[in-house]
Amino acid sequence: MVTQKSPYPYWFVLPAAIVFTVLFLVPTFASFWFSLTRWDLFSTQFIGLENYAQFLREPFLIQGTINTLIFAFATSATKTVIGLLLAVLLTSGIWAQGFLRTVVFFPVLVSTIGIGITFAALMHPTNGVINVALASIGLPGPGWLTDPVLALYSVIIVDLWKGVGLATLIYIAGLATISQDYYEAARMDGATRTQMFFRVTVPLVRPATVTVVTLSLIGGLRSFDLIWAMTRGGPGFSSDVLASVIYKQYQAGFYGLSTAGNVILFALIGLIILPLTVWFNRREVDL
Amino acid sequence: MKLQAGTILAAALASLLASAAHADVTLTILADTNQETVSFLDALTKAYSEKRPDISFDIENRAGGAEGDNIVKTRLATGEMADIFQYNSGSLFQALKPEQTLADLSDLPNAGNISESFKPVVSAADGSVRGVPFGPAMGGGIFYNRKIYAELGLEVPKTWADFIANSEKVKAAGKVGIAQTYGDTWTSQLFVLADFYNVNAAAPSFAKDFTENKAKFATTPAASKGFERLEQTGKAGLFNADFGAAKFDDGMRMVATGEAAHYPMLTFGIGNIAQNYPENLADLGFFAQPGDDAAKNGLTVWMPSALYSPASAENGEEAKKFLDWVASKEACELMAKAVPSGPYLIKDCQLPADVPQAVKDMLPYFETEGRTAPALEFLSPVKGPALEQITVEVGSGIRPAAEAAALYDQDVQKQAKQLGLPNW
Repeated sequence: MVTQKSPYPYWFVLPAAIVFTVLFLVPTFASFWFSLTRWDLFSTQFIGLENYAQFLREPFLIQGTINTLIFAFATSATKTVIGLLLAVLLTSGIWAQGFLRTVVFFPVLVSTIGIGITFAALMHPTNGVINVALASIGLPGPGWLTDPVLALYSVIIVDLWKGVGLATLIYIAGLATISQDYYEAARMDGATRTQMFFRVTVPLVRPATVTVVTLSLIGGLRSFDLIWAMTRGGPGFSSDVLASVIYKQYQAGFYGLSTAGNVILFALIGLIILPLTVWFNRREVDL
Repeated sequence: MKLQAGTILAAALASLLASAAHADVTLTILADTNQETVSFLDALTKAYSEKRPDISFDIENRAGGAEGDNIVKTRLATGEMADIFQYNSGSLFQALKPEQTLADLSDLPNAGNISESFKPVVSAADGSVRGVPFGPAMGGGIFYNRKIYAELGLEVPKTWADFIANSEKVKAAGKVGIAQTYGDTWTSQLFVLADFYNVNAAAPSFAKDFTENKAKFATTPAASKGFERLEQTGKAGLFNADFGAAKFDDGMRMVATGEAAHYPMLTFGIGNIAQNYPENLADLGFFAQPGDDAAKNGLTVWMPSALYSPASAENGEEAKKFLDWVASKEACELMAKAVPSGPYLIKDCQLPADVPQAVKDMLPYFETEGRTAPALEFLSPVKGPALEQITVEVGSGIRPAAEAAALYDQDVQKQAKQLGLPNW
């Protein structure tokens, strides 16, 4: 392979490089240092790996990690499946297609905190619209956010509602790139609609699937704002995820400890996403 | 007509120039948004601006709780703090590194007015005073609805068993025995924190031993009792149906309007009722959280927050003059008039004659020697940050009391280590 010499001088890169260094590289490396200290904002004291040991002893770390994985995989899987189905529906030329696309995409534009607060009110155990509606047809409504078993799943449903529009949009773009010739050929061969969906649409929309899965998985792994707005990790610790465990250390003023937690979260996301990306890319070459 | 406009313009210009020559100062104040804080600041700044027309105030709001802690710490550390700020006394104050970050107020002419009981909770390690009290001392105990008590013929309980018996009777009468509001998680801690008078009565050395890592909640029966009491109330089904989602405002409303008979809370809740349900203020009573022994009945006391000035304040001198005035009898009585919710900590500062019923219920504890004890957070810098989640779990029946006490000990150990305390 021959590397073509860039026609631009190196110093063209300088402005971007300075911004990137000051705003990204320096803080990233500084955080590795601060994670090794006892840091109260006024002074730092080097304490070696003590913060990592403490963070890994955190009683709700295991529960928080499991919740993080449940949250990330559940939201990612449902967004992928429902997003694709919605995209197929919304490109099939149904009635009011443009309007429906807007409706599906709209929640993406609303502030996450606003959504969280709104749904927390809707899911209130006695005064919330959902349980009041259930009660009016004689059904006992559960404590959506106050039942320790249900709380995490209630947040997952809201996250799906909020995020599925983006997945749909990516899929609509992906579907548009599939040439109609494939469908014509399939129809000539007598393929049913189901066969066309699984044999033509799903394989050819793969680049969009890769994007949706990767984005929603990363988003799910570091998800924080919606959970915090709706349950603050509660009741107790039952809907804590890694990010909320870390945030609580920060709130308590344990800045070094929470930085160590962030380094661990960074490593975990890398460990999950890196092999996934490699795997996706290899499959793409196989096609 | 034209002439007139010109004159007005000239007059306006002249006054503008005059005021500029007078070197007006705008003091910035950072404070939380509690009803009490707002009322106090309103009374203080209005009166001070009348005395000193060249001083105006710019009040900036901040969140309370752990988020507020972060704002205060970050702004102090970056030198961006307002001229004056309001913040907790006691263990949270100590975490601000007062000797480095806060102005020394020991030499203020009115510093001698500050109650000796308050000085330690705003003093740096070198003994210098860094804050002036902002509000009255508070009791941590149980608000009760006097109407329900009168209707059911109940008496103010002196033992825990009586308290439970009363709550059961209220429940049998179709009302809520005890209001709980875990939508604001901090409110779940009261049964544990307000039990400290009883802990101290049974184990007087607990605070010291706890700080030195010699005593634990889980292994000190008197200390783990707070968790057991919370568990008992939850298991007995005495709470309101929406206890998991209700908030502090709901709790105060329920106990004041007679939806619930009891609500464990700090007495600053009186300000909330005075503002939102003044017609129910007379129905709101208060008693200390009872222990096992009726002869040893007393109140756990919280010190109020304080006003501080950062060492790096832009208008440091004027800020100190204002703080000096806040420590005067005159300013204190303005606050006492605005919110008469407890005893004030400035010498000779009198409460107005007609205080709310709940305050009348609280004052006798202060008048007898030995019937009050400071809350643990004013005796020890050690306080675990996860207590409010743990008490939500105990009250909701997710975690048994014994396990919760042990878990809290673990949480406390983490905090002590992060503070770098000796012996941990």
